[in-house]
Amino acid sequence: METLENIITKKEVKLWYKTAKAVDFPENGGACVLVDGQQIAVFNFSASNEWYATQNMCPHKYEMALSRGITGDSSEEPKVACPFHKKSFSLKSGQCLSGDPYQIEVYPVKVENGYVYIGIK
Amino acid sequence: MKKKIIVVGNGMTSVKFCQKMVEAELLNNYELLVIGDEKYLGYDRVHLTDYYTGTPVTELTLEPLEWYNKNHIEVLTGNLVIEIDKANKQIKMQHGSAYNYDILVLATGSSAFVPPIPGVEKTGVFVYRTFEDLDAIKTFVKNAKKGVVIGGGLLGLEAAKAIMDDNVATTVLERMPWLMGRQLDERGGAMLKQKLQKQGLAVMTDAITSEFLGEERVTGVAFADGSKIETDVVVISAGIKPRDELARKAGLEIGKNGGIVVDNGMRTSQPDIYAIGECALAAGMIWGLVSPCYQMAEILVERLKGEDKWFTGADMSTKLKLIGTEVASFGDALGQAQGSIPLILENKFSGIYKRLNISEDGKYLLGGILVGDTSEYNMLLQASKNRIKLPKDIDSMLVGTGKGGGLTIGVLDLPEEAAICSCESVSKGKICHSIEANNFTQIGEIKKHTKAGTGCGGCVPMLDDLLTATLKKQGKEVKKVLCEHFHFTRQELYDLIKIEKIKTFHDLLIKHGKGAGCEICKPAVASLLASIWNETIVKHQVIQDTNDRFLANIQRGGSYSIVPRIPGGEITPQKLEVLGKIADKYNLYCKITGGQRIDMFGARVDQLPQIWEELIAEGFESGHAYGKALRTVKSCVGSTWCRFGLHDSVGFAIEVENRYKGLRAPHKIKGGVSGCIRECAEARGKDFGIIATEKGWNLFVCGNGGANPAHAVLLASDIDKETCIKYLDRFLMYYIKTAAPLTRTAKWLSGLEGGIEHLKDVVINDSLGLAHEFEKDMQYLVDTYKCEWKEVIENPELRMKFKAFINSEDHDTSIEFVPMRDQKMPTPWVKEH
Repeated sequence: METLENIITKKEVKLWYKTAKAVDFPENGGACVLVDGQQIAVFNFSASNEWYATQNMCPHKYEMALSRGITGDSSEEPKVACPFHKKSFSLKSGQCLSGDPYQIEVYPVKVENGYVYIGIK
Repeated sequence: MKKKIIVVGNGMTSVKFCQKMVEAELLNNYELLVIGDEKYLGYDRVHLTDYYTGTPVTELTLEPLEWYNKNHIEVLTGNLVIEIDKANKQIKMQHGSAYNYDILVLATGSSAFVPPIPGVEKTGVFVYRTFEDLDAIKTFVKNAKKGVVIGGGLLGLEAAKAIMDDNVATTVLERMPWLMGRQLDERGGAMLKQKLQKQGLAVMTDAITSEFLGEERVTGVAFADGSKIETDVVVISAGIKPRDELARKAGLEIGKNGGIVVDNGMRTSQPDIYAIGECALAAGMIWGLVSPCYQMAEILVERLKGEDKWFTGADMSTKLKLIGTEVASFGDALGQAQGSIPLILENKFSGIYKRLNISEDGKYLLGGILVGDTSEYNMLLQASKNRIKLPKDIDSMLVGTGKGGGLTIGVLDLPEEAAICSCESVSKGKICHSIEANNFTQIGEIKKHTKAGTGCGGCVPMLDDLLTATLKKQGKEVKKVLCEHFHFTRQELYDLIKIEKIKTFHDLLIKHGKGAGCEICKPAVASLLASIWNETIVKHQVIQDTNDRFLANIQRGGSYSIVPRIPGGEITPQKLEVLGKIADKYNLYCKITGGQRIDMFGARVDQLPQIWEELIAEGFESGHAYGKALRTVKSCVGSTWCRFGLHDSVGFAIEVENRYKGLRAPHKIKGGVSGCIRECAEARGKDFGIIATEKGWNLFVCGNGGANPAHAVLLASDIDKETCIKYLDRFLMYYIKTAAPLTRTAKWLSGLEGGIEHLKDVVINDSLGLAHEFEKDMQYLVDTYKCEWKEVIENPELRMKFKAFINSEDHDTSIEFVPMRDQKMPTPWVKEH
């Protein structure tokens, strides 16, 4: 059950890492934050007030690029498309939606007192 | 032995008669001789004005000589028949010879009606009827500044448009109180006049010309009321006169006001002589439109086959575009039927006039007039022709918009026998059957197979509707919608954004889409917003592909490359040095691009604003290498240095590149300018290519290099720079408005209904009446151009968007380079998948 291993549920979170003010993130798009030196992509769906976070590296060519991809949805599943070769990934499950056997890590996100927190194990 | 038919005349009706004879396989029974007095084979006179604007004779010729030969039809051109010897069944030719016939068909057509105005013989007074007339006018107006067209009917307005486009300040003189009196009522005519005047055409109604002034050459026109106007040229288009002189001389019955009298079977007063077309007085009148004339030809062929067919009159409905104004009239347009009640909508602000004549009981549409917007014409025409019962709420018919107007009927509601194409009399049933039986998916296939839409072309939108409806019935997907979020084509979205003044993706999604968008619709909409409003694209950062988001080209490893604009590829040594110094300072890999500029690779996102600040300080600006936008206009060195060069190709390339820089489009656009036929700029491999000729420039469009190379095709030849820019404006805007996302011009053209001829028509002849709008829209984009990088470096808030991390000032340390040939490259990809 590879999928489940890659999703950190909120209960498993050991630390909520404070990143930056919510207003500093672009609306309806992605941006990158450093969490202990690690690049994490944060996606803000402001229209529906939902936040997602994933690894920034696209597993296809190991490019640090997902935060620069275009976000959106496919049959209501939130997703991001890598700017390099347009591989898309579900922001909920981390599964590749373009038919390749890739899986990316997804992290829980919460917004408190105007700040965005990423949950890590 | 075969009987011999001689057809006198080789105009449109005559050719149609020959075609129908071939189709009916009657040439097994008859020998056919066609004699025309013009030196050309029968041509498409309806599109006479196309000849004036440069369409070659071969393209207007209805059937080539090989066709006549193949079908064993003997054809003589430039031969005048001077006498019919009824008793001996013989015709005599001007040059002395004679031919015997069993059946004689007179298809002598008509000539221009020249009113008996004193001075009509002066130099500079022309009629508008044949290729020769047009050649003479074209030559003459080169030295004319002012012109007058006598006659405000259909052809008169076309003639006016033609000479107006040759830079002659033109006035149309109509003796009746309003224009197009046969088709329009007074208010419709007044609306048309108002619209034409806005387009720069002067119109005088109630203008009774009494004399053409001047010595040998015309210098002015005098009116019955004593007033005068000056003019250098007069074109008369005051109606037609049937050419009945041959029949008259032979003693055939002639109408009081001219025309060879025929019965409903097209037979003249002499049993073995028939008359068809504009020379015939059939069902009580002369029919000056192509469709009834074609019907006469068809009926005669049917009768020769032994069928019992009669001509009882024909539909005079017509739809056209005159100088950018749509006009249509159909059925009982003027409301002459008893008890007819008009519903009228008149809006002088938008220039729309709509009149619908309803039967007394309110149940049927009898006819009507449309000025300014004819989009409802086809459905309204069908509703009146097929006596479709109107909705109870008649008001809605006036204010309804779109193809069906307020009528809630669709093409599928029409009866099978409804004539969709009246020029070729093709029924709805025949069209739908051809689609189903042959699995057609393209209009072109239907046109080829059924001939529908090949006459005036007015029914083509209905063919489109029928195709869509039929395919849908078969369960086939037709519409090329953008993606799951927008059930619209790119062109439809273009119109929605423009008409509703939508400025953001979010607003468009809320109003016309669903879901959150995706990587297909977001950049497509970003491109549309830029093509329409030209606001800085950085405002719409998150809906752009990464290149447009960071105004640079992403490269392997995640760094970006920078391409400053070097218009036409011309650069000073000082500027070259600047590029060298900046590239050296930031350790950027340099390479000359295919578009004659310099690409600098290996900059991190956070370095981009600083590098651009330095470039801009030295006079550079964005090259838009990252955008679906104008890239470069490549040039060869041209006449300034080259011993073969005819004109300054570099200068022109710079001018064109500067005009269109920043222009965003469905895909990237590349141009080229060559100084002579040797074509060193490879301009014909570009989206537009301009090549110098002895007389000016040739403009080619829709070429492509890349995976599917295509040579650009000739749009216009020997034009001056201003015309070239004007045509480019129109061509580019038409492409921008109508192409599907990520479609280069070559692919767009290959899918364009009517191909290059249609494109020429739109760009050169303004067949859509949108040329002015295209030019205006392009001028807006040119006027609102700003260098995107300049806007970013001057705006601290925008600069902030070029940080690597939201929560840190660090730069991205994952980007690594290795040495290569004295420069650098990104570390190779770790592992290939």
